[in-house]
Amino acid sequence: MTGAAATGAAISTRAVTRDFKAGQQTITVLHGIDLEVKAGELTYLVGESGSGKTTLISIMCGILWPTLGEVEVFGTDIYNLTDTQLVEFRLNNIGFIFQQYNLIPSIDAASNAAVPLIAQGMDRLEARQRAVAMMEKLAIGDQVDKLPNQLSGGQQQRVAIARALVHEPRLVVCDEPTAALDARSGRKVMDLLREVAVAEDRACIIVTHDNRIFDLADRILVLEDGRITHDGTSMPEDH
Amino acid sequence: MLWIAIRMLTGDKQKFYGLVFGIAFSTLLITQQLTIFVNLVERGASGVYNVPTADVWVMDEVSRTTDVNFPMPSTALDKVRSVPGVEWAVPHLRANASVRSGDGDLEGVSVIGVDDATLIGLPKRMAQASADVLSSPDSVIIDDVGTTRMYEAGQSPIGQRLELNDQRAVIMGIADAIPSFTSQVTLYTKYSRALNYVPGTRNRMSFVLVGASDGVAPAELTARITELTGLRARTRDQFAQDGVDFIIQNTGIPLNFGITVMLGFIVGVAIVGLTFSLFIRDNIKQFGALKAIGVTNAKIRGMVASQAALVGLVGYGLGVLGTVAFIWGFSANPTFKGFYIPWQVPLVSLAAVALILALTGWLALRNVLKTEPASVFR
Repeated sequence: MTGAAATGAAISTRAVTRDFKAGQQTITVLHGIDLEVKAGELTYLVGESGSGKTTLISIMCGILWPTLGEVEVFGTDIYNLTDTQLVEFRLNNIGFIFQQYNLIPSIDAASNAAVPLIAQGMDRLEARQRAVAMMEKLAIGDQVDKLPNQLSGGQQQRVAIARALVHEPRLVVCDEPTAALDARSGRKVMDLLREVAVAEDRACIIVTHDNRIFDLADRILVLEDGRITHDGTSMPEDH
Repeated sequence: MLWIAIRMLTGDKQKFYGLVFGIAFSTLLITQQLTIFVNLVERGASGVYNVPTADVWVMDEVSRTTDVNFPMPSTALDKVRSVPGVEWAVPHLRANASVRSGDGDLEGVSVIGVDDATLIGLPKRMAQASADVLSSPDSVIIDDVGTTRMYEAGQSPIGQRLELNDQRAVIMGIADAIPSFTSQVTLYTKYSRALNYVPGTRNRMSFVLVGASDGVAPAELTARITELTGLRARTRDQFAQDGVDFIIQNTGIPLNFGITVMLGFIVGVAIVGLTFSLFIRDNIKQFGALKAIGVTNAKIRGMVASQAALVGLVGYGLGVLGTVAFIWGFSANPTFKGFYIPWQVPLVSLAAVALILALTGWLALRNVLKTEPASVFR
């Protein structure tokens, strides 16, 4: 049994370092991050701009190679996989909620939500039916036929959540889910995420610097200059 | 995923129509220009096509085409007739002259003298009257292009008198002929009468038209005629090709049409390339998100290829339809008489369209494939 599986962790990072080249210079964005994220928890990754949280989340979900270190997601050393295996792993195990939603503007909401299932090879109509069911769960069952530009920001956010969950991934990754929403809508989205995304066998990581929703986290990891400086159930006093 | 790709493309109507227009315009330009080019150069062989009964054309060894010929002595006819395998051989005269119409207008014409007895040398079909009208004194048959060049619409040329090198000629019939490369008015008359109409040198006979005996291949007969008479002999197909080659080698037409076809290709690459790149750029976040979610590069390639294929199919179809409409629309114009679209031309433009789409699709795809999935978090 390997790292994450052995410890019961959903995600396990070992000495993860990431460098970026900037001209002649090499900038180290992450400095040997050791981290374990448990399933069944709503985990926040918090930090200022440039702290490395986007880089860390990208590495944790298998879309950016670390310069050094290992990453295991539900027991799979994802950077030991071939490119094709890694893409397939992401498709089957990870759900993404992007800050800008990145919905396809010319297909309706249900089809947008069905994209991961279609990518898995499921029949389009069957995939759409499952997406509609997920959207009904998210209380936007009456918006299935609308194009993204006919939906409000909150509704688009829910479609993005439906897309992230429709294929029942074991890891859900959210990038600034409340950045574009007012306080009330932001809390609603977080309540919704807790209700639908957090499960015993599923990990949910949220990258945010929205202090309005810090109280909703089960665990908060603070990242400063590429290092984890705080790991607790609430934000440290000095933040 | 292909359905999503198609919807992504058709959902952005401006760019979709821009891409279709680019391909359609490019296809139209390439197909239409190539069609005109092929038909124009084939006019170099119209003199041969208009005499379908002749299997072999015999001429002076320096003659090159029906219009570029050096007259032979009349004894050449007897020499040819004596060659084994020659079923029949008749004289044929082709010369240029000036004609004055009843209204006093002057027009340059081709005078073609056909065999007095058999009328071999006339076009196969007549538009008005029959070939027998050449039995009448001073009678000539004008080609249908000539009627529109020399007479106003609605005015019948039948019975009209002409002054041909100070001699009287009367139009008695209209031939349905393929126009020459220069669309010059052509007058057909009997060989003996043509000798009077066209003053010339001691030798007057332009060609000897030959029919091969049963079982004798025209190619074999040409070799035999050349060997036994010292004259140049060409089969019908060879001589038609000589006419085409002469136009290609001695005019700027291939270069000019080639430039236009190349411009069509470049315009296609420019419009489609630019629009495709803009489309990809506008959707780069969506493609990035798809890559992050777990859509493989192979599937992304398939998506872009299906988008290119759709644009190509619709644009190419419209372009070819446009060419058909053009040819159909101008079919009544004598300049375009008999124009057709050779089957090779749509294939050439299809290959050009495929190349344009492969080139522009590859350029656009490069941006998608270069996009890191991680960019969606930035």
